[in-house]
Amino acid sequence: MLDMSPGVVIVGGGIAGQAVCEALRERDRDVAITLVCGETSAPYDRVRLSEILVSGEDPQTLGLRPAEWYADNDVDLRVGRTVTWVDHERRVLGLDDTDELGFAQLVVATGSQPLMPPIPGIGLQDVHPFRDPADCEAIRHAAASGIERAAVIGGGLLGLEAARGIAAQGCAVTVVHLLDRLMERQLDAGASSLLAPALAGLDIDVEFDRNTQQIIGPDRAHGLRFTDGSELLADLVVVSIGIRPETELARSMGIVCDRGIIVDDAMRTSLPGVLAVGECAQHRGIVYGLVTPIYDQARVAAATLTGADAAANPGTRSLYLGSVPSAKLKVAGIDLVCAGESGGDLEAVVTDAATGIYRKLSVRDGRVIGTVLLGDTRGSEALVAAVRAGEPVDDPLQALADASLAGPADLPDTAQICDCNGVCKGDLVAAVTDGGCATPREVMAVTRAGTGCGSCRPAVKEIVAAATGGLNDEPAYLCPCRKQTREELGLRIREDGIQSVSEVAAACGTGRECGVCKPALAYLVSEVCANQHREERDARFINDRVHANIQHDGTFSVVPRMYGGVTTPDELRRIADVADKYEVPMVKVTGGQRLDLLGVKKQDLPGIWRDLGMPSGHAYAKAVRTVKTCVGTDFCRFGLGDSVGLGIEMEKLWEGLHTPHKVKSGVSGCPRNCAEATVKDIGCVAVEGGWQVRAGGAAGGNVREADILATVQTRGEALRLATTFLQYYRENAEYKERTYDFIPRVGLEKVREVILGEETGAALRERLRIAKVATSDPWLERDDPYHPRQFDDLDTPEPALVGPPAGGEL
Amino acid sequence: MGLYACHVDDVPLGEGRAITLDGRRIAIFRAAEAWYALDAACPHRGGPLADGIVCDRAVICPLHERRFDLQSGAPLTTGDGVGAHAVEVRDERVFVTLVAAAQRAA
Repeated sequence: MLDMSPGVVIVGGGIAGQAVCEALRERDRDVAITLVCGETSAPYDRVRLSEILVSGEDPQTLGLRPAEWYADNDVDLRVGRTVTWVDHERRVLGLDDTDELGFAQLVVATGSQPLMPPIPGIGLQDVHPFRDPADCEAIRHAAASGIERAAVIGGGLLGLEAARGIAAQGCAVTVVHLLDRLMERQLDAGASSLLAPALAGLDIDVEFDRNTQQIIGPDRAHGLRFTDGSELLADLVVVSIGIRPETELARSMGIVCDRGIIVDDAMRTSLPGVLAVGECAQHRGIVYGLVTPIYDQARVAAATLTGADAAANPGTRSLYLGSVPSAKLKVAGIDLVCAGESGGDLEAVVTDAATGIYRKLSVRDGRVIGTVLLGDTRGSEALVAAVRAGEPVDDPLQALADASLAGPADLPDTAQICDCNGVCKGDLVAAVTDGGCATPREVMAVTRAGTGCGSCRPAVKEIVAAATGGLNDEPAYLCPCRKQTREELGLRIREDGIQSVSEVAAACGTGRECGVCKPALAYLVSEVCANQHREERDARFINDRVHANIQHDGTFSVVPRMYGGVTTPDELRRIADVADKYEVPMVKVTGGQRLDLLGVKKQDLPGIWRDLGMPSGHAYAKAVRTVKTCVGTDFCRFGLGDSVGLGIEMEKLWEGLHTPHKVKSGVSGCPRNCAEATVKDIGCVAVEGGWQVRAGGAAGGNVREADILATVQTRGEALRLATTFLQYYRENAEYKERTYDFIPRVGLEKVREVILGEETGAALRERLRIAKVATSDPWLERDDPYHPRQFDDLDTPEPALVGPPAGGEL
Repeated sequence: MGLYACHVDDVPLGEGRAITLDGRRIAIFRAAEAWYALDAACPHRGGPLADGIVCDRAVICPLHERRFDLQSGAPLTTGDGVGAHAVEVRDERVFVTLVAAAQRAA
């Protein structure tokens, strides 16, 4: 049967076909559009296949648009159909030789096929290209099946991403590359030489100058044989050596083709009314194999289809003049952005082989023509924009330095932020100023920015924040130098199984520049690892290295633990003896009902702790400090509840737990509230028939009455709820955020919902229990220091110096 | 030539320790990739820089978080800088060549 809709038919449902479809619909609400998609699913984001290979997520999640989008936008989507012939004279084409479809204009977006070298064994089982979800599934399955090793032929962008996916399944993998450097189309020798060691750190081996002659069989792939006679054993072979434009249909129509379908600057082929876009097209001699040029081509194609006569108006924006190729390597653990050419007549390079950083800006005739950023991609948006625009530059070294300091908000409107969906900064700003969007989420939904690989999301958020006048605040960065948030870093620590601050610093650069965030990072690592982390004291503030509070003159204060503020004559005697023996200048009762020994020398700390024989009161740390109590029912004639008992229980259960900021608590035995529990971080107040459990109180620079989390019936329930809140705060507050800032930020209702929820509450308590198991009294380091000089300067008598006496001439 | 200060094992990685050399109190730092020496007292309120947090190229005073360049002693926050001294490590021993007391990074 003949379907006579004389509209536009797009052949090919890849990123290019979808992009033309969207650009066309944006220009013309009415034209009939049919999208013929040979694959069995609606258009999906092929660029993100490498993520699916790592995560094993359902390929369904790659869909570029939900099914209803096609209905809503009046696009006739034909999934799983193949165009078998085209009669250009009659403007009719055949679908699977069964149906016919009329068209006024045709867009060929047939994409490309993976290039498979004609070598013996290429057809064996367990030899795969890496092109579609089926390949992805097969590779993942084979890699996870316990084989010894996999080989990837080809060290280009896609080959490296495939190797990363295989390594993520716990399978050893070797990339064999024909040339002597990786990603030779994008990288120069300098960057490439740093990339191989970075890959080695991800358990990806690389072998250079390897020309594969044969895949060893006989039944299935067992290895590779190279032209030099050497072999590599591998039970899975992934071939990723390039693409071959799919031109078969175009050739059958008599369209002029070379490597690809030849198009002019309006994306027109040699046949009237027929256009070609994407990897199947060849423009000015170039076939683009990267995603970014597709969007530029699709916009021009849409203009041509809707009759904007570009050829008659040269210089208008509806001409395609070629793209500056740019690429990001989507391999977790390696940051790599490159654009344009990898060299020029003037090159500025900043490199640090030790940390794997390589930043380069290439200039020709005074204009920026290329950039390579490896290991430190700060400023990539600005630099890539400069490459695209061919901006003039006087001092490329200074330009590199300036870019690393510039935020996305400083970029020009033409800078492309989302490379997956071709969204420029101006589009994002317009979504706020003209489109009425108020949050990054809304802007991302409207513009599609950040919905691809997601790597641009931090930049999108920053631009939206600037455009909305900071209505939604800049995120609280844990590391302001690197603009990394607690959430991002926490996720990274969890996912990569990181156990120490130095590992985070090595992986993410966090804490290395100004160092201010090191204690925050130390807390985050310990919290995420439930105290099973590897402790590194250099990341800790001095108080947490020597477990005492530094005073203005460099001496320290010592506060032993007295649970609930209750002590004994024996403890008091020992405290008095210590004060005498070490000539402690001041002994003072603190606001939290403890005794403070002030003015102690650092080297006296271990001796004092030994003589006291009491645990640390943590009065120096961001940790659970004191629980102040009134005497309650033990002695008070007004007492309604056992405040001393509950206070001691709280303190013993929480002792040794570190927190985002200090936590000072209180328990009052009646509403007269002598323990001031209503202005504590966590406070319990006995009332008639139960306990009021409160949090978020303050009596410092500001006074804030603690919010009531709930009123419960028993002491046990009060302890449980207070404990649940403590863990929620430990996991969700920013470092140095007290409870009285945390609760208003998160919202009391949200806090209640989580901590009062049966399952969420139980999970929080379980995690607190696990974290608590791994705590110990830090004052025990008096006998087991982490370093012989934990408490000593270099000229403190003990332990003896090695080598000549201090200060002696060499 | 320089004054012997300590053995490399005397300073934990990423920390600092103080010592009196030629009558002056000096803080010696063992950063990730190099050793540094500065005057021990923060010019602000005399805080012990040896007790500060050390990162790749800076130290933060533990009292009020003033930050100094480990190489030059230059202030990275506000206020004055501190004297910076040359450090040399030979055979796991650390030697310091003091600069004149008046020489301070701007």
